[in-house]
Amino acid sequence: MTAPQPVLDVRGLIMDFGGLRALDNINIQVNSGEIVALIGPNGAGKTTFFNCITGLYEPTMGDMIIHTPGKAPVRLNRLKPNVVTENGLARTFQNIRLFQKMTVLENVMVARHCRTKSGIAGAIFRGRKTRREEQEMVEHSYRLLEKVGLDSYVNELAQELPYGAQRRLEIARALATEPILLLLDEPAAGMNPKETHELDQLITRIKEEEGVSILLIEHDMKLVMSISDRIYVLDYGQMIAQGTPREVSENRNVIKAYLGEAFDA
Amino acid sequence: MKTDWKPLMQRVSSEMIKSIVVSLWFVFLTFPLMVMKIRPLDQTIEWRWMNLVYVGVGAFFLSFVWRYLMARKERGSEKDEGDSWQKRIGMKIRSDKRISVSGLIGVGIFVLIFPFLFSSYQTSIMITALMYVMLGLGLNIVVGLAGLLDLGYVAFYAVGAYFYALMNHHFGIGFWAALPFAGGLAAVFGILLGFPVLRLKGDYLAIVTLGFGEIIRLILENWNELSYGPSGIAGISRPGFFGFEFTLQQHTVYLFYIMVALVALTTIVVSRLRNSRIGRAWIALREDEVACQAMGIDKTRTKLTAFALGATWAGFVGCIFAAKTTFINPASFTFMESAMILSIVVLGGMGSIVGVMVGALVLILLPEYLRAFSEYRMLAFGASMVIIMVFRPQGIISGIRQRYEFRKQPQQEVSP
Ligand SMILES: Nc1ncnc2c1ncn2[C@@H]1O[C@H](COP(=O)(O)OP(=O)(O)OP(=O)(O)O)[C@@H](O)[C@H]1O
Ligand SMILES: [Mg+2]
Repeated sequence: MTAPQPVLDVRGLIMDFGGLRALDNINIQVNSGEIVALIGPNGAGKTTFFNCITGLYEPTMGDMIIHTPGKAPVRLNRLKPNVVTENGLARTFQNIRLFQKMTVLENVMVARHCRTKSGIAGAIFRGRKTRREEQEMVEHSYRLLEKVGLDSYVNELAQELPYGAQRRLEIARALATEPILLLLDEPAAGMNPKETHELDQLITRIKEEEGVSILLIEHDMKLVMSISDRIYVLDYGQMIAQGTPREVSENRNVIKAYLGEAFDA
Repeated sequence: MKTDWKPLMQRVSSEMIKSIVVSLWFVFLTFPLMVMKIRPLDQTIEWRWMNLVYVGVGAFFLSFVWRYLMARKERGSEKDEGDSWQKRIGMKIRSDKRISVSGLIGVGIFVLIFPFLFSSYQTSIMITALMYVMLGLGLNIVVGLAGLLDLGYVAFYAVGAYFYALMNHHFGIGFWAALPFAGGLAAVFGILLGFPVLRLKGDYLAIVTLGFGEIIRLILENWNELSYGPSGIAGISRPGFFGFEFTLQQHTVYLFYIMVALVALTTIVVSRLRNSRIGRAWIALREDEVACQAMGIDKTRTKLTAFALGATWAGFVGCIFAAKTTFINPASFTFMESAMILSIVVLGGMGSIVGVMVGALVLILLPEYLRAFSEYRMLAFGASMVIIMVFRPQGIISGIRQRYEFRKQPQQEVSP
C-alpha cells in the first residue's frame, strides 16, 4: 500500500507559555482529501495548535510543513500569518472574528485579498484590469456565499447575522483564500441540532467540491464521529490517542480524559 | 393600559426630584457669582435675588430635558429610529438617481457662484473650511478606515507647508510645481512614522503619534538654519495662473476654485480607495487585526499605505496653506490643529465622506459665525461638541459607508 500523500505534516511540536507546556511533542498529519478531527477537553491545547500552525504563535520547538501538490513543501515555522494563508492554510475562529461592520459580501471579498493584485493606482484610476478583478472578486465571493447558504444576506452587516450564519460566514471567508487545508475551530459551537446537522453536510460537501482537506476541532461528538476519517485526542497538551472514530471511542485513555476522575474511582 | 401609567408617573416624579436637586446645587454653586454683587464704590453688596430664581428654573429645566433625552437614548429607541431614518434617506438617495444628481448639481452651482455671492472675507473663510475638509478626508483614511488613532497628523501638514515655503524661498519654485512633491514628501514622512508604530495600537499609538507631531514642530522651531525658527518664513508666492497678475481679491477667488477642485478630487480618490481592495483591507484591519492577517492581508503593508496615503493629503493642504497665508511659522502646527482635524473626523462620522465634510464645515464655520457671541463663542462650540458626542456617538452622519456599492451588483448577477 502506498503511503497517503500528506498535506500538513507537524512533528515534535512544543509550545510553552512561561512555565506552562500547552503542547508537548505533538505529531499530526493530515492527508489529502481527509477530514481529520482534533478533540480533547477544555484547555487541552487544541486552539493553541491552530494558532501555532497559522503563525499567530511561534512554537518553542517542532517542524510544521505544508505540501501543496505540484509545489515544493513549505516550512511554516516563523512565517507571518498572512504568508501562511498564502501558502494554503485557512482557518475559522472559535470566538467568531468577523469584520463586524462590513457587509457579508465584503467579509468574503477581504479574504480574496491574497489572491488578487490591484494596488493603489488601480484603485484610484479604476482601469479595466482593476474593474475586471473586482468583478471576479464579487462573483467568486458570491458563489461561496451561495455554497454556505448565505446568498440572501450579502448586503447585511456581518454583526446583524444570526449566530449560526456567522459561523458559516467564517467558513465562506476562509474558503475565499483558496486553501488546500481548511482549519475549523469548533464550527458547531452554539448551533442547534438542526444547524449542526446541516453543518455536517456542508463540511462534507466543501471537502468534495472545493477539493480541500479539513482539520476540525469540535466538541460535538456526534458530528465528529460521523464525518471524520481520523481523530487525534489531546489532553493537557499531550496526544493521548489517535485513530479512526471507532478506535478512539473505545480507547480507555480517551474515556478517562473525558469522564475524569469520577470514572477512575 | 392603566397599569402602565403608575410606574410612568413614579418615574417622572423621581426624575423631577433629581432635577430639583441638580438645580439647587447649581443655585448654590453660582450663588456668589450670580446673586451677590459687590459695589466697590460704596462698599455695599447688592443682592440680586431674581438671578437666583432664573438660575434655579433654568437649571431645573435643562436638567429635566437632559434626563429625558438620556432616557430616550438609553432605551435605544432614538438611536434606532435615527439610524433607520438615515438609512432610509441614504437608500432613497442612492436608489433614486434623480435626487442625487439634482442635489449634486445644486451644490455644484452654489459652490461655483459662491465667490460672487459673498464677500472676499466669506470666501476666505470658506477656503479654510475646504482645507479642513481635505485634511479631514485624509485623516479619515488613517483613523476612520484603518482605525489607527493618529494624534500627530499636523506634522504632515507642516511638512507640506515647509516644503513649499522653503522651495519657494530658496529656489523660487512655484506652487503648482511644489504641490505634488509636497504630497509625496508627506507620504514619505507618513511611512517614517508608520515603521516605528507598526506594533502599537490604541492609546499607545495615540501617544507616539502625538509625540511625533510635537517632535516635528520642535524641530521647526529650533532648527534655525533650516526653518528660520519661530520667526517663520514670509513672502511665499501665491499660486500662479499662467503668469497672470491677480489682485488680492482675485487671488482669493482663484484659490477658492483651486480648493473646490482639489476637494472634488480628494472625494473621488478617497471614495474609490474606500471601495477598493486596499480600502477593504484597511477596514478589515480596523475591525479585527488577527482575523485580517489570518485572511492573508499583510498587516505591515496595509498600515503603511494607510499612513502614507493619509499623510499625502495633509502634505497637499500644507502646501496650499503656505500659498494662502504667504507666511508660515511653527505656531500654525500645534497639537490643537491635530485635535481639530480629529474632531472633524469623529464628529462628522468616522469613515463617512459626507460626514467628514459636514464635520469640517460645522467645526470651522461655526466658530466664525458665532463671533457675534464674542466670549461665549468657544463655550457654545464646546457645548455643541459634547452634545453631539453624547447623543450621536457615531458622528453626525454614519453607517452610510457600509451600504454603498454592493447593493446591486450581486443582484444583477442572480437576476440578469
Ligand atoms: N496566549 C496564551 N498565553 C498563555 N497561556 C495560553 C495562551 N493561549 C492558551 N494558553 C493556555 O494554553 C492552554 C490550552 O488552551 P487552548 O485555548 O489551546 O485550549 P483548547 O483546547 O482550545 O480549549 P477549548 O476547548 O476550551 O477551546 C490553556 O491552559 C490556556 O490557558
Ligand atoms: Mg479552543
